[in-house]
Amino acid sequence: MKTLMLGNEAVARGAYEAGCTVAAAYPGTPSTEITENIAKYSEIYSEWSPNEKVALEVAIGASLAGARAICSMKHVGLNVAADPLFTVSYTGINGGLVIVVADDPGMHSSQNEQDTRHYARAAKVPMLEPSDSMECKEYVKLAFEISENFDTPVIVRLSTRIAHSRSIVETNERFGYQLKDYVKDIRKYVMIPSNARSRHIEVEKRVAELREYSESSPVNQMQMNSGEIGVLTSGISYQYAKEALGEDISYQKLGMVFPLPERQIREFAQKVKKLYIIEELDPYLEDYVHALGIEATGKGILPLTGEYNKRLIKECVNGKSDDESQSASSDLPVRPPVMCPGCPHRGVFYIFNKLKLNVIGDIGCYSLGALPPAEAMDTCVCMGAGVGMAHGMEKARGRDFAARTVAVIGDSTFIHSGITGIIDIAYNGGTSTVIVMDNSITGMTGHQNNPASGFNIKGDPATRVSIENVAAAVGFKRIRIVDPFDLDKVEKTLKEELNADEPSLIIARRPCALLKGVEFGGPLRIIPEKCRSCNACMRLGCPAITKTGDKIYINESLCVGCMLCVKVCRFDAIGKIGKDGAAND
Amino acid sequence: MTDINIVIAGVGGQGTVLAGCVIGRAALGCGLDVKVSEIHGMAQRGGSVVTFVKIGRNIFSPVIEENSADIVLAFEQLEASRSEKYLRKDGVMIINDQQIDPMPVAAGKAKYPENICETLSKKYHVASLNAHEIATNSGLAKAANIVMLGAVSAYLEFDDAAWFDALKNIIPEKYLDVNIKAFVAGKSESKGDLKHGILE
Repeated sequence: MKTLMLGNEAVARGAYEAGCTVAAAYPGTPSTEITENIAKYSEIYSEWSPNEKVALEVAIGASLAGARAICSMKHVGLNVAADPLFTVSYTGINGGLVIVVADDPGMHSSQNEQDTRHYARAAKVPMLEPSDSMECKEYVKLAFEISENFDTPVIVRLSTRIAHSRSIVETNERFGYQLKDYVKDIRKYVMIPSNARSRHIEVEKRVAELREYSESSPVNQMQMNSGEIGVLTSGISYQYAKEALGEDISYQKLGMVFPLPERQIREFAQKVKKLYIIEELDPYLEDYVHALGIEATGKGILPLTGEYNKRLIKECVNGKSDDESQSASSDLPVRPPVMCPGCPHRGVFYIFNKLKLNVIGDIGCYSLGALPPAEAMDTCVCMGAGVGMAHGMEKARGRDFAARTVAVIGDSTFIHSGITGIIDIAYNGGTSTVIVMDNSITGMTGHQNNPASGFNIKGDPATRVSIENVAAAVGFKRIRIVDPFDLDKVEKTLKEELNADEPSLIIARRPCALLKGVEFGGPLRIIPEKCRSCNACMRLGCPAITKTGDKIYINESLCVGCMLCVKVCRFDAIGKIGKDGAAND
Repeated sequence: MTDINIVIAGVGGQGTVLAGCVIGRAALGCGLDVKVSEIHGMAQRGGSVVTFVKIGRNIFSPVIEENSADIVLAFEQLEASRSEKYLRKDGVMIINDQQIDPMPVAAGKAKYPENICETLSKKYHVASLNAHEIATNSGLAKAANIVMLGAVSAYLEFDDAAWFDALKNIIPEKYLDVNIKAFVAGKSESKGDLKHGILE
């Protein structure tokens, strides 16, 4: 059957058709929908794991137990999961093991644009790179086969435009995969040095065999047309190149980017007069080709940063664009992402600003606190970083600095990698104040449950991890829970905890405004005769509050009635809309 | 036939992704190749969002570059302006005349441009409509995105059956009837303006 599928959905379908029975992941744009879609197949056990490292370990366990297993993450997630990756490369697998990693060139929703291809080479693990949804599905199935044929985990690398593009997919039936026997094999699976040394030799043999496979793999193909120009490319860059440079020139499209097919690349290079290498991000293919002593043009004319597209490739290769350009309106007001009306994070950032705190931030919706008008976040590095960094700052600058500094982290991020950070604070005599913005959901990636939300991936009730009990267990004595909309309480609690000479954890707990069942009292309105345009409400940065000239208005279609602005107004100038349409005090 | 490039522009939360998905399905139902590229995650939190839909016999890149869209389907006026750069000369712009103030405007630090539809109509074929009102009259205010699909359908020669199948495929059954009503209302609103016959 032909259907239209998101790349991520097609990856899920591939896992289904391959007979995969275990899937684990931590959400991360642009990879999240892979596991969301897998969760729709009742034949596959799926879970949101606390982080990518655990997810990969779950998948490794399932593989060793004889099942076909898949683990998905965004590019930076593989940094977290890198530890098991490098060693499962040594142990090899039992049932097929596929790791799907989605890169984000252009950083639509990421803190860096690292190129995952380096991991394949570093961990000596084969990597496939699909260029549309159909290939997503087929390459995942092929990855399971390669995994079992060569006793190796296999990485399937996506990029945002593959993961988040829909294209046509022809679906097939599910393959009835038989669970392999669980076999104890200490020399293969227990990576103490004496065993690991012999496994490393096996890994090098395997890479050599995979190199041979790469030469004849159907996913590495030459499309020979004119011999004037040849393009070596893979993944989404193939699609851009094909559209930019047309059908007349020759292409070498690599579906397997590690190990690379040396003989095939040499053959292609010989057949064309001028060789271009078109790849987003790092000169991964280009460095390889240059190391072979082959002359080729790549990053000399194409950028190292951001996404490519047809026009950019045309301009770089042909020297100029044949498209006429027109004046674009560049002076339009920008529309950055904002915290939603009713967002529980807003009030806390308002207080951070008021107290002029150093805010050591983290990854989640609350990262938006760094944008105007709040601009109340000093740092954002990686998942969980804020907690350790705040501790490091105290060690560098002393107690007085810690009394003006707060680490901010979300509930899901706390579970992901904040817990080790608070252990460090408790263990190493820190006095940091950590505030967990607990909106009981993984927000930015589109509302996934997590261990602190009390529900699993299917939405069924699950054991809820208590953040306060975790903090108590690691040795925090000062644990406070506040409603982030109770601004006075937030301010008072923050002041008390910052002044305390021991570590404290504040949980600002209120569900995300977009969650089902979260309801407020309905839109509010400014009472014009009372409003003095003092801008106190404007400082909340609520998209529903608008200023035109001197006058402040509330946009009724956006306002949910969270009452936060009522609390900051000193003139009682904001009220609920009464039956007559007028604002009531 | 030549390829059709459609840019759907709007504000995070307006249902642009779903709209792109429906057009994609309808194209598939007509036996055409199609790619739909959307952006998820951070950009969706009330920020500008753009979805690309490319339809033809054989589509490679899912991305639409500047000056190469045949149609811009804008769910909001300012986003129509922002997406003007994608539109080719003689292109069609279908605009929901809603105004949603971005943060800098709401904060009084920038001005919302005036007469956007009028300015754009001097350069392009512009069809503007109040999708919100049409959706409300059809029985579901949230179906403004489906009204916009009805509006764009008047410029694409897909059969109604392909559209209805696509809607059926994507919209939950209990909302299907009201969405089809919104679609038909959107189509009748934009029809008569122009028949570009973009897709043959």
